[in-house]
Amino acid sequence: MAPEAAGDLPPAVRTLIGMPQYEERSEFPIEIGYVYNTCAATGNGNPLYWDERLAQELAGGRIAPPTMLSVWMRPHYWAPGAPGERKALKAHFDLKDLCGLPEAVVVSNEAVFGEPVCMGDVLTTHQVVRSVGELKQTKLGVGRFWVIDVETRNQQGAWVGTETYSFLGYRRPEPQP
Amino acid sequence: MSTVRNLLAREVRAGQELPSLQIDVTATTIVLGAIASRDWRPMHHDKAFAIERNGVKDIFVNTPNFQAWFERYLTDWTGPKGRLGRMSFKMKKSVFPGDRMAFSGRVTGVSTDAVGCHWVDVAVAVSVAGEITTEGRAKLALPADEADNPWARKGPRWIP
Repeated sequence: MAPEAAGDLPPAVRTLIGMPQYEERSEFPIEIGYVYNTCAATGNGNPLYWDERLAQELAGGRIAPPTMLSVWMRPHYWAPGAPGERKALKAHFDLKDLCGLPEAVVVSNEAVFGEPVCMGDVLTTHQVVRSVGELKQTKLGVGRFWVIDVETRNQQGAWVGTETYSFLGYRRPEPQP
Repeated sequence: MSTVRNLLAREVRAGQELPSLQIDVTATTIVLGAIASRDWRPMHHDKAFAIERNGVKDIFVNTPNFQAWFERYLTDWTGPKGRLGRMSFKMKKSVFPGDRMAFSGRVTGVSTDAVGCHWVDVAVAVSVAGEITTEGRAKLALPADEADNPWARKGPRWIP
């Protein structure tokens, strides 16, 4: 996707577009407990995630559901020595701050899945701001749409997936007196 | 393995409807999904925050959890050999406690790629009270026959 930037962007935002940022490694090796949490939260009885023998037969071992791709890179809410609340997708929160748009919602999400994520894997991601649109009036308030890619690889450097998030960052209208 | 049912590519036709799935959403459903996806943002567990900051009526299902719900819906249909290659969706309205999510899906295409992988394209949606709240598209690899296994595809043999 070619980088796109609206003409009315602050220079600090413009320089971010297309630049890989925030290379990060998963905080712990991939583990089955989180897989069970996700399957239990959604009533997912797929035996690939519950039956070790079947997992061995089909995938060569225990793997995680592909849609858990983003789960592994979200930081814990708190960690020793970490200043304040810890946030995932920092490029998104940077854009909210730099654009002066305190609220945001996810508009759409696309994920493409590569090599399966296996138990014990250590994943690395980077974030790329692909586009930031012009300021416009929306139903929620004045805001901008932006698109961020998160590309993920495993410890062998194999591509395991890319997620593309579209957001609307906005400012709520002032309450009428 | 013999007791596990796997959908084969040859059993699928464009236009085919997937079986429906109904889920009654509670606050617990939403909090379980948010925590499982490590999404600690307060609008997915703190009703007062959701109302005051997001201007909505209650906490609501978070985006990564919708991915997980769609995956469960799709692989309930395909069986364990169904392998997701791609998924996209748009949220039109939030889903709140008290809502009944109705999942639906329709096959929009079947194809075979250059390396012999069999794909199905599916349009999926979640509706609440007959109104679509979330809709999307997914691309899944299915086995050609009982011996085939899409999970065995690696590197250049996997082109999602």
